[in-house]
Amino acid sequence: MKRIKTLAT
Amino acid sequence: MVHQYQLNGYNIVLDTCSGSIHVVDEVAYDIIALFPDKTTEGIVQAILNRHPDVPEKEVLDCIAEVEQLIGQGQLYSPDSFASMAGNFKQRSGNIIKALCLHVAHTCNLNCSYCFASQGKYHGKGGLMSFDVGKQALDFLVSHSGDRVNLEVDFFGGEPLLNWEVIKRLVAYARSLETKRHKKFRFTLTTNGLLIDDEVIDFANREMNNVVLSLDGRKEIHDRLRVDYAGNGSYDRIVPKFQKLVRARGGKNYYIRGTFTHANADFTNDIFHMANLGFTELSMEPVVCSPEDPAALTPADIETVKRQYEILAQEMLKRQKAGQPITFYHYMLDLTGGPCIYKRLSGCGSGTEYMAVTPWGDLYPCHQFVGEEKFKLGDVWNGVENTALREQFRSCNVYSRPQCADCWAKLYCSGGCAANAYHATGDIRGIYEAGCELFRKRIECAIMLQAAAAEITEEA
Repeated sequence: MKRIKTLAT
Repeated sequence: MVHQYQLNGYNIVLDTCSGSIHVVDEVAYDIIALFPDKTTEGIVQAILNRHPDVPEKEVLDCIAEVEQLIGQGQLYSPDSFASMAGNFKQRSGNIIKALCLHVAHTCNLNCSYCFASQGKYHGKGGLMSFDVGKQALDFLVSHSGDRVNLEVDFFGGEPLLNWEVIKRLVAYARSLETKRHKKFRFTLTTNGLLIDDEVIDFANREMNNVVLSLDGRKEIHDRLRVDYAGNGSYDRIVPKFQKLVRARGGKNYYIRGTFTHANADFTNDIFHMANLGFTELSMEPVVCSPEDPAALTPADIETVKRQYEILAQEMLKRQKAGQPITFYHYMLDLTGGPCIYKRLSGCGSGTEYMAVTPWGDLYPCHQFVGEEKFKLGDVWNGVENTALREQFRSCNVYSRPQCADCWAKLYCSGGCAANAYHATGDIRGIYEAGCELFRKRIECAIMLQAAAAEITEEA
């Protein structure tokens, strides 16, 4: 289960 | 450095030095917060105590995810920019790419809160001649090096009081574009009183951006934005602004308001602007001395921070209803924003950006005009006060020790030199209230990005 969503770098 | 905050149901984690932004669930949010100070076993124990429904394996998986992000340089990334901080400005030499042309040091309004003291900047009134303006444009082009994009803002006072000169200067600049391989972008900032069909037609043809001054609700606007007879200007300017914006296709403009102690509840003014049909909106805190009755008080600052949250939530509602509005400070381009060199060097005042008075004197920006010790030179002889230019060149986020531990430093780039000077007497000082408001705006802007990503995902 992925608990982290990366919006931007 | 990591900054974590919760807003409007989102758990957001910002990694300052990589620019990474993560939206996480509560378990990951807590794990990331515990990460610097606890062992893996310590984190697992703390999380299981706090979230008893979560299986241990999932906690370990999430810890592995966090470790992976750290390994990829997207969490707890080191600050390696200090040595680069002055590079861009040094490498740029004495290149200038933007001028604020004060074509009129006079105004047809008499707003008591005006930072430019009714357009005269604490000095004499006057209009810029075409010859001075032409020399300023020649000065800009000849000092622009290999920069192609040049910017000129027609500013005042009220620039439309010098309309014929503006038109001639635009025509002159256009005549230079092809032969000098330059592209001019013009902005016009106006109180609107003198807008007519000819101004609308010309501005919509030649101005890349128009900034239209309106403070919101009629009773708020007319309280301070009055003519010399004391009459409010709202009823005269709103129809003109609506006509100009319609003719412009509703793009490339900002309705720009100022909020003061009298309307710290400024979201009501923004929503009023939206109800008038305007969608591109900017509302700024007043710039004045703390003794001024218009000045924001410490209590107002807390009110304003809450207002920024209310604004973000309302914008989200309007977006979902298919009636979006844009708020200047909430525009963040997460994929095509400024590069790290731009973020390190700031707005460029006093180096690549200068203001020109009606008599051709150069100042670091429009907010320093009228303060004699900040005069840099003039458009005939160029920058003569090179020591002052060097002070501004060395002005960046890493030259301010107070910024070292601020998570927002690569968003604000050290902030506004003029605000710092007026608050502390030092262009490398810190305007604390401005910092507080800035951080809140960035938190709201990023939350809106998280919400937009969610809406896109759902669609």
